[in-house]
Amino acid sequence: MYRYEEVDQRLVEERVAQFREQTARFLAGRLSEEEFKALRLRNGLYIQRYAPMLRIAIPYGLLSSRQLRALAGIARRYDRGYGHFSTRQNLQLNWPRLEDVPEILAELAAVQMHAIQTSGNCIRNVTTDHFAGVAPDEIVDSFVWCELLRQWSTLHPEFSYLPRKFKIAVNGALEDRAATFVHDIGLHAVRDAEGAVGFKVIVGGGLGRTPMIGQVIRDFVPWPHLLTYLEAILRVYNRFGRRDNIHKARIKILLKERGIERFRAEVEAEWAHLAGGPGTLTAADVARIESRFTRPEYGDVPSFSQRAPEEKEGTSPFSAWRRRNVHPHKVPGYAAVTLSLKKTGVPPGDVTSEQMEAIADLAERYSFGELRVSHEQNLILADVPERDLPALWHEARALGLATPNIGLLTNIIACPGGDYCALANAKSIPVAQAIQERFDDLDYLHDIGELDLNISGCINACGHHHVGHIGILGVDKHGEEYYQVEIGGSQYPAALGKVIGPAFARAEVPEVIEKLIGCYLAHRDSEAERFVDVVHRIGIEPFKESVYGRPDQGPHRRERERLAA
Amino acid sequence: MAALIKARTVVSESASPPEAAILRLEPHDDPESVKDRLAGVRRIDVHFPKFGEGRGYSTGWLLRTRYGYRGELRAVGHITRDHLPYLERLGFDAFELRPGEDPHEALAAFEAVSVDYRK
Repeated sequence: MYRYEEVDQRLVEERVAQFREQTARFLAGRLSEEEFKALRLRNGLYIQRYAPMLRIAIPYGLLSSRQLRALAGIARRYDRGYGHFSTRQNLQLNWPRLEDVPEILAELAAVQMHAIQTSGNCIRNVTTDHFAGVAPDEIVDSFVWCELLRQWSTLHPEFSYLPRKFKIAVNGALEDRAATFVHDIGLHAVRDAEGAVGFKVIVGGGLGRTPMIGQVIRDFVPWPHLLTYLEAILRVYNRFGRRDNIHKARIKILLKERGIERFRAEVEAEWAHLAGGPGTLTAADVARIESRFTRPEYGDVPSFSQRAPEEKEGTSPFSAWRRRNVHPHKVPGYAAVTLSLKKTGVPPGDVTSEQMEAIADLAERYSFGELRVSHEQNLILADVPERDLPALWHEARALGLATPNIGLLTNIIACPGGDYCALANAKSIPVAQAIQERFDDLDYLHDIGELDLNISGCINACGHHHVGHIGILGVDKHGEEYYQVEIGGSQYPAALGKVIGPAFARAEVPEVIEKLIGCYLAHRDSEAERFVDVVHRIGIEPFKESVYGRPDQGPHRRERERLAA
Repeated sequence: MAALIKARTVVSESASPPEAAILRLEPHDDPESVKDRLAGVRRIDVHFPKFGEGRGYSTGWLLRTRYGYRGELRAVGHITRDHLPYLERLGFDAFELRPGEDPHEALAAFEAVSVDYRK
């Protein structure tokens, strides 16, 4: 965990007082709706469909058991006893009262937490790999760099009123588990021939209504220059990004309009003024941040014996869980464990206060009192001794957190959708549940193999549907909720899905998924070939046919269009 | 007459510099275009037409840091106390508040958040 320094604590406390004063001024009619909106958003507060929504920052997804307990208490006392983990590793409360928010922020500050810049046209909470610091394929521990970026971007005076929101993701491992190609800026740690650390900088990616894969603007920025290079990008964006149309205001549009060559030239020209200047990082800066992180004190523990009673049958529930939900760790004898928040019947990413407290308890007993939030909306215990896996599994199962579906079809990413969100065209949660029910047979699920299914309730794409192997998007057709289906998207390597055809009514969606899966199973050359691999190999036509019928089977399609009209 | 704060003090505008010594920059104006004319300038007004307009922040920073401007740097337009700490950190030293904003109360905003990670 990062432990706050005195300045970190002072900042969050001062910020609470400031927001208390701003809220009071708004309630007294001295700030307009528009003014207060800009201020409340940068403190994570939305006004939603039925109530305000508060988005609490979990910087780079790292959380202590003490903080999780505090969140449980806040959700119980100020909300309806549950919270929703989002794809940006944050926690959202869906029912707080506006008047209570300053008090909630004060309680968060008491456990070194805040809601600063979780929304608004500013640099948002920096996200990273949920296996940072423990992954066997680690290049650097990205937490240290994320914290540097957190400090740099927090209340940045020049970049607090950007044209639009700005999301940065950092990946410190060989595999990109941070979706860096679909962020405004993605950073990939790399080492040069001498082993010195630097970052490949990717810019202009994003989902939303104009999904784009980011482009590499520089292959290697040596670490001392990281912040000045980012400053150059942000300055070019702040000055020249479009402000006339909210839908064209992200940096990806600036990049598209200028082209990568011109944009790169502008950034490099700006950086020429900054490189080596005051924002340059020193080894002491990095060491100072590093020293504030506590590290697990790993013991010399034995690797888990395959002869444990739970393991004796290869197909036992325990071994299914171990295959799907237990991940390798760089320290021998340890493993990382995903607690699945994707049990059938529960909205993806939702956790009750009781579960949060029980999870905090598990973290303390099995994983040094720390946990992480994954962008797939699950919780990770990152440092579990392998010998404790059977005991942890028993406990997690009793809490409904051991569904062995990580990486599988029912590990659905979904935004809160029309049940909560004012922006949504359609509901997400009932669709996720209907699909989970349809694929509830674990043997079948495991046979289908790895499959990312992502659902967004509107074009803003909070559910990352563009990078799901199967992506589902809620659309509005004449006031009815319909669902468009994409296939072939992928987070890593980054690829955007293609729409298969006209949208479906909600009740049809599970059947459509079933047909897509049927097509996949018929075409795969082996169990190792995943759904997305087959889509990329044979294209979307066979899948379209499996869903809509062949083009010469016209009546089916006309029937669909008649129904959709 | 909009309320004016200069160097963290509420003031009433007395004698303005002559017109020729004042520049006004709109959000889309490039400060580089005036860098050779700064010698005789005593005041630059940077206009923020909207609460969320952010280009002027970069304009102010560039004037102070890159082009060496030392005269009065004034934020004008839709300015409330909530903007003051950011603007001041970028080198603004004068602030014309939007109508209805109490300048005496606004002074407290300079102290609201004392932490600046970039220092």
